[in-house]
Amino acid sequence: MFEELWAILASTIRVTTPLLFAALGGLYSERSGVVNIALEGKMLVGAFAAAAVALATHSPWLGAAAGAGAGALAGVAYALFVIRWRADQIVAGTAINFLAIGLPPFLCKVLYDSTGGTPSLALSDRFTFEPVALVALALLLTWFWMRRSRSGLWVQFAGEHPQALDAAGVGVNRTRWMAVLMGGVLAGVGGATLSISLSSSFTREMSAGRGFMALAALILGKWRPLPTAAACVLFGLADAMQIRLQGVKLGGGAPIPTQFIQILPYVVTILVLAGVVGQSRAPKALGLSFRKA
Amino acid sequence: MSWGRAMDRWMPVLRALLSVIAGFAAGLAVTWVAGESPWNVFMILIRSAFGSWYDLGMTLFYTTPLLLTGLSVAICFQAGLFNIGAEGQLTLGALAAAVTGVVLAGLPWPLAPVAAAAAAFGTGAFWGWIAGWLRARRGSHEVITTIMLNFVAAGLSSYVALYLFPNPDSQNPETRPVAKSFLIQHLSVFGDAPVSTALILAVAMCVAYGFLMRRTVLGFELRSVGQSERAARVAGIDPGKIQILAMVLAGGLAGLVGVGEVLGNAEKFKLGFSPQYGFVGIAVALLGRGNPVGVAAAALLFGALHKGTGDLDFETENVTRDLSMILQALVILSVSADGLWDWVKRRV
Repeated sequence: MFEELWAILASTIRVTTPLLFAALGGLYSERSGVVNIALEGKMLVGAFAAAAVALATHSPWLGAAAGAGAGALAGVAYALFVIRWRADQIVAGTAINFLAIGLPPFLCKVLYDSTGGTPSLALSDRFTFEPVALVALALLLTWFWMRRSRSGLWVQFAGEHPQALDAAGVGVNRTRWMAVLMGGVLAGVGGATLSISLSSSFTREMSAGRGFMALAALILGKWRPLPTAAACVLFGLADAMQIRLQGVKLGGGAPIPTQFIQILPYVVTILVLAGVVGQSRAPKALGLSFRKA
Repeated sequence: MSWGRAMDRWMPVLRALLSVIAGFAAGLAVTWVAGESPWNVFMILIRSAFGSWYDLGMTLFYTTPLLLTGLSVAICFQAGLFNIGAEGQLTLGALAAAVTGVVLAGLPWPLAPVAAAAAAFGTGAFWGWIAGWLRARRGSHEVITTIMLNFVAAGLSSYVALYLFPNPDSQNPETRPVAKSFLIQHLSVFGDAPVSTALILAVAMCVAYGFLMRRTVLGFELRSVGQSERAARVAGIDPGKIQILAMVLAGGLAGLVGVGEVLGNAEKFKLGFSPQYGFVGIAVALLGRGNPVGVAAAALLFGALHKGTGDLDFETENVTRDLSMILQALVILSVSADGLWDWVKRRV
């Protein structure tokens, strides 16, 4: 019994880590007023770049750095379209996700002559506990930064009242650029966690909706760091339970339908959005592009 | 017609065409990086999408669901809503069609497919209604709720298919086959391609959409709400009601994807049958700019792209079908960036 609980706890921590990275990434971008449904794509490119670089250099640290870089690059592409060229944020986000689904397998074919993914990493080239420590650090820093730093305040104003920030002489779009880039870095590292820590290679569409789950956690956490982290842990627990219960037979010999545990996070998020359980309010200027008057 | 008005009228078409060309050029440039000749890749795309009656049939088979999801997203755009949920709506629509074909196996032929189509429409519409109601009455943003509902639909359909109606004769994750009386006719011109009368249904929906938008009061109300909720309210329209209705129609249209897939092709509900038809529908609607002819043309383009890229795996050394997603992404990006177009205009 005790062992069982311990196993579920360990598994929860493992699956929560990439989710929390991505959710924190979404937090930066969304608090600054830029919707981030491209989290999924940023995780995917991060996962691919991390696996490829860890494979080539035998260093998980360089791999994670490459994941961060790839996420940031996706952030640059996204920011260019939605901030500079004022493309609709949902539309451009969808396009970035498409690109991130198509591009890594395409490169895998060119680089490794494989359509599925990257070759497997040796155990010594992979992370074990490091991502967990990193994400805890990222969470604390984000929490502290948002409350105590000047730039943290800027980001919040860019999302709530961009005109006020502009009047104070701080560039709204510049602040948003920084926030989106930071978001890309974190989501990219989240993706790296998938490919070089949770598994031993990049595989096609391996993020499997985690970017969207992170978005749900962000909403459930009311766009605040600590509650968002709590929501991620909740989702991680649901995921761990579902993995654990797969194939387990009930008394009558019928397998437990794990689908209901799987959809639980999304149902809870919808209920919260509907105001049935608590209320969640988005940053006021979320999704609106800013043009100086 | 004066020159200026002609410009106003044809500018969107020109822009859509230029976006497609720009997206394709960028995408094909990527194949050059992979060591292929872009021209060669382009010719393979054209040949395998339109090269024979069978190829054309396959292209139209993929066009069918994209036309429906494109209309689904477009009708919401008109009402100022963003339906990211077509994927979930079409999943449940297809599931409903399959379950009808299993549960009501005794229905005779003409009635059977009609009943299954109604079930597909109704179930998709219900799934759309949830998001519409949440938006109109609880103020929950439809983008987020439809994303969440997609995952819920995936989970629910997996449960229903695997636990309630599993196929006893197969290890694949799918439902039992529907009764023979439910199957709809293939269009025999196209040989073995599974393109069926569902294509005719989809085209009919496209015509109905055009009629609804241009010739009916409801179409006017949808557009009014889309342009200004406040103005619509002043004009005596209940924006909430219209928003719910738009989501219901959108869900129903997406649900009809199940007709072609289940009754015209697989003869059962297969888990994960859709290669992101719902999301590609967003691109179709954007490129078609809410115009029925535009949506149909865009659906054909993306259908051809899906079929064409499928053959790249074995016709080229290094380029795979993944090019499809890359091309779609680049086309969407070049369509969506208003600022990019202003920038181009300033320079020309």
